[in-house]
This record gives sequence, C-alpha cells and structure tokens, in this order.
Amino acid sequence: MPMVELLERLGAFILDGILALGNFVLFLFRSVLYALLPPYKPRLTLRQVRIIGAESLMLIVLISTFTGMVLGLQGYHTLHLFGAEDSLGTLVGLALVRELGPVLAALMIAARAGSAMAAELGSMQASEQIDALTVMAINPLQYLVSPRMIAGVVSFPILTVVFNVIGIWAGYLVGCRLLGASGGAYFNNLAANLTRHDIALTLYKALVFGVVVMSVCCYKGYHAKRMATGVSRATTEAVVLSSVLVLAWDYFMGSILL
Amino acid sequence: MSFEGNGTTAANAIEVRGLKRRFDRQLVLDGVDLTVPTGTITTIIGPSGCGKTVFLKHLNMLLRPDSGSITIDGIEITRLRNRGLDAVREKFGMLFQAGALFDSMSVLDNVSFPLVEKTNLAPEQINRRVHQTLAAVGLEGMGAKFPSELSGGMQKRAALARALVTQPKILMLDEPTTGLDPTRTGSIHRLVRKTQQDFGLTAVVVSHDVPEVFSISDRVAFMHRGKMKLVGTVDELMASGDEDFKQFLAGRAAGDDLENDQVSS
Repeated sequence: MPMVELLERLGAFILDGILALGNFVLFLFRSVLYALLPPYKPRLTLRQVRIIGAESLMLIVLISTFTGMVLGLQGYHTLHLFGAEDSLGTLVGLALVRELGPVLAALMIAARAGSAMAAELGSMQASEQIDALTVMAINPLQYLVSPRMIAGVVSFPILTVVFNVIGIWAGYLVGCRLLGASGGAYFNNLAANLTRHDIALTLYKALVFGVVVMSVCCYKGYHAKRMATGVSRATTEAVVLSSVLVLAWDYFMGSILL
Repeated sequence: MSFEGNGTTAANAIEVRGLKRRFDRQLVLDGVDLTVPTGTITTIIGPSGCGKTVFLKHLNMLLRPDSGSITIDGIEITRLRNRGLDAVREKFGMLFQAGALFDSMSVLDNVSFPLVEKTNLAPEQINRRVHQTLAAVGLEGMGAKFPSELSGGMQKRAALARALVTQPKILMLDEPTTGLDPTRTGSIHRLVRKTQQDFGLTAVVVSHDVPEVFSISDRVAFMHRGKMKLVGTVDELMASGDEDFKQFLAGRAAGDDLENDQVSS
C-alpha cells in the first residue's frame, strides 16, 4: 500500500511542522513573559548586550562601509547615464535605511552572535547544564533566554542605525569625493527625500529582526539533541532559519508599512 | 533518625507508585514502586540501561511520567507546575552523572551559584559555607579553577559540593563514584554517609560500584527491566536467591539485558 504510506508520511510531516511551530510560539511567548517578570537579571542582560551588541560593532562598521561604497559606485555610474548624479544621496540613503541597513545588520549579527548563542545553549543542553538549572528551581528560560532576547531588542536598532549612518557616509566618499558627484546635492537630496516614516520603518524592522534572530537562535540551541552532531546541527539550522525569516519578514513589513 | 527541617516531615521522604514512562516504543519504566524512608540512604543498582537514571530524573520532575504517582514529603508532585514544583525542587540536591558544572564559571562560582540565586544569605556567609563544602569534598584551594581545568574525579567532587551546599533534605546522586579510583570512591562514600548523618538527609544513590556502595546503603533496590525487582537491606537481597540479582552480582549480563542499552542517560 504505497499510497497509504505516502499519505501517512505526509500527515506526519505536516503534524510535526505544526507541533514545532506551536512549540516555538510557546517558547517565544514564555521568554518574553519571563523577561517582564521578576527576578530581573540586569547583569546577565548587560553581558549579553556586550556580546551581541558591542562585540558586533566592528563587523557592522566593516560591512556597512563596503555596502555604502558599492552603492556609491554602482549608483553613480547608473545615474550618470541619465545625468542624474545629484540623486545619488537619495538612492544610497533610501536603499540603506529602508532595506539594506536593517537586513544586512540582522544577517551579520545572526552569523556572528546568533550562531555562537545556538552553539553555547546547545552544548549547555548536551552537558545537562540546563537541567542543572531546572533542578535548582531556577527557570532556565528566564536565566538564559530572556536576557538574550532583551539584549537583541536593545542591540539590533542601535547597530542598524550605525550601519545606515556609516553606509551613507561611505556612499558619499566613493560617489562624491572619488567619482565627482556634488557633495552638497548628495546630502540635500537625501535630507529632502528621507522621511520620518523611513526612519521609523528602519527601527521597526530592526526590532522585529532582533526578536526573530534571537528567538530562533535560542530556540534551536535550547532544543539541540544531546550529542556532538546535535550542537552543530542546531547552529547551522539557527543561522539558516533566522536568515530566511529575516528576509521573509523584511518583504512582509516592507509591503505593509512602506 | 528524623530530620527537623523546614516544614513537616513525612515518615517516607519519597513514595513512588506504578510509575510508567515510555520513550517512543520503548517502555523504560514499567510500573516502578519504591518507598524511601526519611533519613536513610537507598541505593539503586541494576544493569546499564535498565532505567535507573530515567527513574531518578522523575523524582524531581526533570522528566514527567506517563502514569503513576510520586509523593515527596507527603506532597503528590506529578500534577504540580511552576511555583509548587519549584518549592519541591528546592528540597533536592542532585549530582548528575557527568557533573553538569557550568563551564563558563569557576568552581567557586559554581558552588556558590545556588546560594546566590536562591537564598538571601550575606556574601560572607555564602563564602564561608562554600569554603566549608569545598573542604569537605577535598577541593580546598581549587575554587579559582574552571571545570575544564579539573580531572573527571575533581569535577565530580565539585558537582557534589554544589549539590550539598544548599543543605538539601533529599540528595540524589547519579553514579557519584564512576570513574574514580578506589581511594576516592571510599572517601566519597564516607563523605555521603557523614553528610547524611550530620544533616539527617535522605539520599537516593544510583551506583555501579557493587559491592562497595553497600557499605553506605540502608536499603538497596535492584532494578531490572523497568521495575524494582528487589527492595530491602543488603542482607535481605543477598538472601533472596533471585537469579537475575545473582547474575548481576557475578557480572554475567544476560543477553537480553543488552537490548535496552541506548537509554542509559
């Protein structure tokens, strides 16, 4: 009976998917709830802000510099065809603030801090350190996951703003100082076309991406299988899934909020 | 021997009835019954993979049973959640098979961790108690080291210190002496016995160190195929003439004991 077996497998696959999604939503809900309830963990949270935020700063500076430079270069040559070099500031600025800033910052933090987080929680799970917390009547979600969620919500918007500012500056450097577009027009046009709505959008996106990346990476690490391959698999899945979700959410938020 | 701790004390610290737990298709606990009188040491022995660790993890609800009841100090705990369960868990100290020390913290921080997180003791009180406990397990002066810098036996003793430091009413030790040399095994056993007598606590020990562990056991439970096949004093078990028990003692595992091996942890 291959047909029945096929249907059985399909059903099991769908049920597993729904179960995993339900578990994830519960995990997210609980870790947000425990972040709001005492006892608060300010020290642990600050430590995570340092690990996720401060230690990602150099990477963000590097990536945003090159992104801005590429935008300046390609934008200049394209706009030059139409004699519209003066719009370069608008092009670079809007591309960064609306899309590239929050998305690339989130992808970079997922690759750097999210993977480390999934591996750390995964190995804690594998060596029963999470169970050790539980038997001491310490809520592992509140102790391990909630501080990371808060740190993500704090760090992502700040790093995104840094990304945008440096990217715009790097675009100016290449487009105006190197290739000869007008610097005054670059910033004037940018200031005229960049609205508060755009800035709000970049911050909304950064906030949502912060929650998405942190919750997916923590969830994957927290539920790693108790073996060496379990940890490596959790790390890979955490980065892949959070990257895909960031891009998917980016499209949804863009289409709703733009 | 009775314990005059916080709250009332039941005659039996632990009472387990008809505990069943299935993992996928495998029935690991098949109706376990066990009574542990308050203030005694009960040792659970049995072939690898017979469900000893799984059973231990049910006593503080690290794993939840499919059916059956667990009564700790007169309170039925299988339906408890959140705060109610936390209150029960605070009575326990647990030593995990592999220690489960927090590898990002020094030994000192590991041992003081439950006191810092769960009590209102002043820092100097915590400090004093941590140093006393570390000295008791023979790790004085090792506080600044990290778990990765310790040998397996030292890690185990540090984990034992962490389990003892809260002065729990019930102590659960999952293979406290596996991987230790005979001298250390003896000293850990003496330490467990002494702590038990000093604080009148109840202890459940899972061990493979047969017959050494008999010297500290008030009662022994022989676990076989997901059940407590024999429970009693060492003499009672020796006199029982049970074939499986005799085989286990003689180190001759019957062939069918090996099929459950993958669920040992």
